[in-house]
Amino acid sequence: MTTPDQHQDTPPQNRPQSRPQNMGAFTPEAQAEDTCTKPSFYAYFIKRPIVGAFSLLTGMGITLKTLCNVTSTVTQEYPENRDTLTMPPAFRGQVIMPHDEEGEHKCTACTLCEKACPNGTISVLPMKNIANKKVLGKYIYRFDQCTLCSLCVEACPFDAIRMGNDFEHATVDKDSLVMVLNEKEGRL
Amino acid sequence: MDLVQTEIPEGFTRSAGGGHTEEYYLNMGPQHPSTHGVLRLMVRLDGETVKEIVPHIGYIHRSIEKMAESQSLIQNIHLTDRLDYLSCHMTNLGLCLAIEQGADVGVPERAEYIRIIVCELQRIQSHLLWWGCFAMDLGALTAFLYGFDEREKITDLFEELCGARLTMNYFRPGGCVSDLPNEFIPRILKICEHMKTTLDEYDNLVSKNMIIRERTQGVGILSKERALSHGCTGPVARASGINYDVRKDEPYGIYNRFDFDVPLGATGDCYDRYTVRIEEMRQSIRILEQACKDLPDGDFRSKEKPNYKIPKDEHSFSSVETARGNFSTYVVSDGGKTPYRIKYRSPNFSHIGAINDMASGYKLADLVTVLATLDPVIPDIDR
Repeated sequence: MTTPDQHQDTPPQNRPQSRPQNMGAFTPEAQAEDTCTKPSFYAYFIKRPIVGAFSLLTGMGITLKTLCNVTSTVTQEYPENRDTLTMPPAFRGQVIMPHDEEGEHKCTACTLCEKACPNGTISVLPMKNIANKKVLGKYIYRFDQCTLCSLCVEACPFDAIRMGNDFEHATVDKDSLVMVLNEKEGRL
Repeated sequence: MDLVQTEIPEGFTRSAGGGHTEEYYLNMGPQHPSTHGVLRLMVRLDGETVKEIVPHIGYIHRSIEKMAESQSLIQNIHLTDRLDYLSCHMTNLGLCLAIEQGADVGVPERAEYIRIIVCELQRIQSHLLWWGCFAMDLGALTAFLYGFDEREKITDLFEELCGARLTMNYFRPGGCVSDLPNEFIPRILKICEHMKTTLDEYDNLVSKNMIIRERTQGVGILSKERALSHGCTGPVARASGINYDVRKDEPYGIYNRFDFDVPLGATGDCYDRYTVRIEEMRQSIRILEQACKDLPDGDFRSKEKPNYKIPKDEHSFSSVETARGNFSTYVVSDGGKTPYRIKYRSPNFSHIGAINDMASGYKLADLVTVLATLDPVIPDIDR
């Protein structure tokens, strides 16, 4: 009676056929001793198929249980549930500049966000208003360079910008990713 | 001229001969589903038996350590997300601990607890993904879906906490970006309770499965001595019997307050690496339950500074236990806003070096098993 040895043609390395029972006792001698042990006829041809078949049936039982359990369905039909899909408030989408009802924003062109940005995503272009005061002219945001780290939002002392909740950013036009966030020049 | 010698690819030793067939070389990767990324393995084969493996890395090198020199310390935190993206809270924490040590920043009590909770959640999440991918590499697709189902619950929690699912960028020197949202702790406890029954289910589905056992037991053995000499850490080293866990041996944060065990393997084969990771999830649940019980009120961040500067010639060092092993950060400062040099020590680099010891002598299909139990994250190797 020869037991099938699947590693017959491989070099004799430390390859125990069964795991040592004394967990924790790790010595090269114990391993070398273990290499010599071959599985017995009973263990290989009687116990192994029975235990193996039972373990496979247990696994199939779990799969069947999940299959029949309709409450375990977790799939979201994404494009269909677009109207009801809401992102958590903390979600970091692209940077947006909220405007109030009169179309005014809170940006004062202090350029703290520009300095906080690691990638040079933001360019704040200030201008002089009629009273010769520095206000925001253009707030240029290059979304194609943005890593959405939200360091600019943390740096802003006036809450003028925040991270939006939009996540569908795919576009075929690269130029559309460079945008001006403010609708009109600053008042402050 | 000896033609045979010139034909040996770079990195391979000269064959001793004595094989059954003519030896040949096979290229596995860089685009291969079981290498978990762009890892290329050159394999010398005798028939189907692996004789020698030479890993080739560098396909996803992004020079993060060089970029670190031109960015301020705070701006570097989001780059550490891109190292080990499955344990990015831990890599964030590694850099934050180094900055706190160098710039002498204190952390409030509540922030320390939040850090522990978030890190252990991430460890469970990373191991769940590994569990699914491990089963899929061995040919069981069902387990992959189950693992991702459970992982999704934790990922949803992270999305509510810090707004991202993968690149978290949540920790800052002196605490965290934001406080925990409402109803966060009860949901974590619910997940913990659910995970206990789920892990038993996983045992029945995969751990006791005879096919998985036959393919992993006695395969890919890494001895304790070889694991030590390769610098293996984390579950790979613990499966080989090395009792080393950064959380126990050099506790960072407040890990010394929690009661948890470090699971150890006996032989260092693939099945030991499997069981150690499954047991680690159970221990993480234990830590989570203790941390959620003791979570105090208070601030989530100490007083914010516009710039965190480490004094000139100050070297700060921190090491954390990620889901894969010891992740260390070494920051050298020249007194300016940006660091002079940041060196990251990643666990996966050491593990890939040990793959020749693990997989040579076994069949080519066992190499896939070994790779799956190593749980490599390739961007962490290349940086």
